Amino acid sequence: MTLAEMETLVYARPASLTEMPTHYCPGCTHGVAHRLIAEVIDEMNLRERTIGVASVGCSVFAYNYFDFDWVQAPHGRAPAMATGVKRVLPDRVVITYQGDGDMASIGMGEVVHAAARGENITVFFINNANYGMTGGQMAPTTLPGQKTTTSPRGRDVETQGYPVRAAELIATLEGASYVVRRSLHDPKNIRLAKKAIRLALETQVRGLGFSLVELLSICPTNWGMTPVQSLKWLEEHMIPYFPLGDYKIHPAVAEIKV
Amino acid sequence: MARELWKGNIAIAEAAVRAGLEAYFGYPITPQTELLEYLAMRMPELGRVFVQAESELGAINMVYGAACTGVRVMTSSSSPGISLMMEGLSYIAGTEVPMVLVDVMRGGPGLGNIAPAQGDYNQIVHGGGHGDYRPIVLAPSNIQEAIDLTMLAFDLAEAYRAIAVVLLDGSLGQMMEPAEMPPMRPLKTTYPDWAVRGAIGRERRVLSSIYLDPPLEEEANLRILRRWQQIEANEVRYKGYYLEDARFVVVGFGTAGRVALSAVRAARAEGIPVGLFRPITVSPFPDQVLRQLADQVEGFLVVEMNTGQMLEDVLRAIEGHAPVEFFARLGGVMPLPEEVLDEIKRMTTAPLTMDGHPRERWLQRMLQPA
Repeated sequence: MTLAEMETLVYARPASLTEMPTHYCPGCTHGVAHRLIAEVIDEMNLRERTIGVASVGCSVFAYNYFDFDWVQAPHGRAPAMATGVKRVLPDRVVITYQGDGDMASIGMGEVVHAAARGENITVFFINNANYGMTGGQMAPTTLPGQKTTTSPRGRDVETQGYPVRAAELIATLEGASYVVRRSLHDPKNIRLAKKAIRLALETQVRGLGFSLVELLSICPTNWGMTPVQSLKWLEEHMIPYFPLGDYKIHPAVAEIKV
Repeated sequence: MARELWKGNIAIAEAAVRAGLEAYFGYPITPQTELLEYLAMRMPELGRVFVQAESELGAINMVYGAACTGVRVMTSSSSPGISLMMEGLSYIAGTEVPMVLVDVMRGGPGLGNIAPAQGDYNQIVHGGGHGDYRPIVLAPSNIQEAIDLTMLAFDLAEAYRAIAVVLLDGSLGQMMEPAEMPPMRPLKTTYPDWAVRGAIGRERRVLSSIYLDPPLEEEANLRILRRWQQIEANEVRYKGYYLEDARFVVVGFGTAGRVALSAVRAARAEGIPVGLFRPITVSPFPDQVLRQLADQVEGFLVVEMNTGQMLEDVLRAIEGHAPVEFFARLGGVMPLPEEVLDEIKRMTTAPLTMDGHPRERWLQRMLQPA
């Protein structure tokens, strides 16, 4: 038996990802999130029908890594831009990929109203508790006491307020059909995150309205930790403040079997 | 087709529909709201897209997304709302996707008022959003022209992958006049090779305004500039009245030009050899024609409903080859034909000067009424 005959392909790059190496820092969970989304798009055979809306932040170049059509939104405006694309092309699958600074701060108005309108789009919300691209400033999701470059003594809630729990907030809106929070800190949770991504896209494909998957993520570079320390910090500090769970499952979405 | 009575805002809305508008996104603001209201009824009945956005920020970014799919898209607003759209306009310009914007100007700055004004001239004509770009700006002075220029705006935006603005003031948006509406044009069935509509059977496409590598951004800037030079060469539009034997010329755009025309006609009735030059494209500005006129006449009078924003473009265009005077009313106050007639008479009788700035002389007259 030759070596070639013994080879069995058990793992490959999803067709929805390009061959380009990412610019993300070592250990960053953006790569995991990208791969999960690409795998689900492959599995659902949506690659040619999908249009991504990139945001501003570390994921500004997401369009380089996914092998389907993309547009690039101004900071925070991805849900509005996605609305424009989706309304013109209702049979396409329109996704946004946004960080916490982008979606939960400057873009809070756009995402809330896209959800309120029940726009049939899917938002992937990467929450790593700081502004990564600009070098680790305080985000709306920065935890009380967490040190960032603009909360150098730790976030003081008396003067800097409290973190925004985006999934819980969006879940209050009638137009939102599927709103969950998952985490990317270990294999079990990564599998659960993939299932949520699948359900979110199923929600859209079936025309059931707005879907949002919040993914708790790490930022080793700006947190000043190793990737392993970061994963542990996420589990010990972020999850207590941002509990994982299903915040809105429309009855029609609950019936989806995948 | 018969002439009918059309209100400005609604005429523009229907003209856009007939030009093939497929998606409209807007937000209420006086004095343009009727445009939004009309399309709220009209677009869904034709199976086309209408969304009332949560803000002008939302509206312009919905336009941005829809423009990326290659269909004809539009939004409309008035001065304070236009300010909020500047971010999106810059991105749209940087991404080189076509769109039409209608600005029904009101008094400002700030919340200002809801009366007619032309104070957005600089913001619209000379940018407003960040970076190097220039929109095509069409300035109608009556309802028929508003209809025709709205149709044209879609063609120009598409031909040059540019932003085309229909710039008018609140009085034109609100007034009714008889006008003829052109027939309905068919919607497009093919889309440009840059349109993002899903990578079905082709390589993926990306539309973005980001060029992180400076030489690539420089190249993009040069591409946009070269396209602008074509626009300058091909798309300058203006209208002249009584210019053949005119020794003096009034310059005004939009409603100021219309008021000035009444004054020019009254002056002609009194035998004063004055004409009117009305830029229709205030961007590209009709530099060369004005420069030629400057060699033929004894003086210009620029009339505006702002503090002389277009005046600076006139002065630049004529390069000091003729004296210029200025007259304006501000803050939502309309100039009256009688006032402009007085200014024409003053210009044609008093000695004209090349010294000082016309705005300064006008201000002196404003502050010390005779």
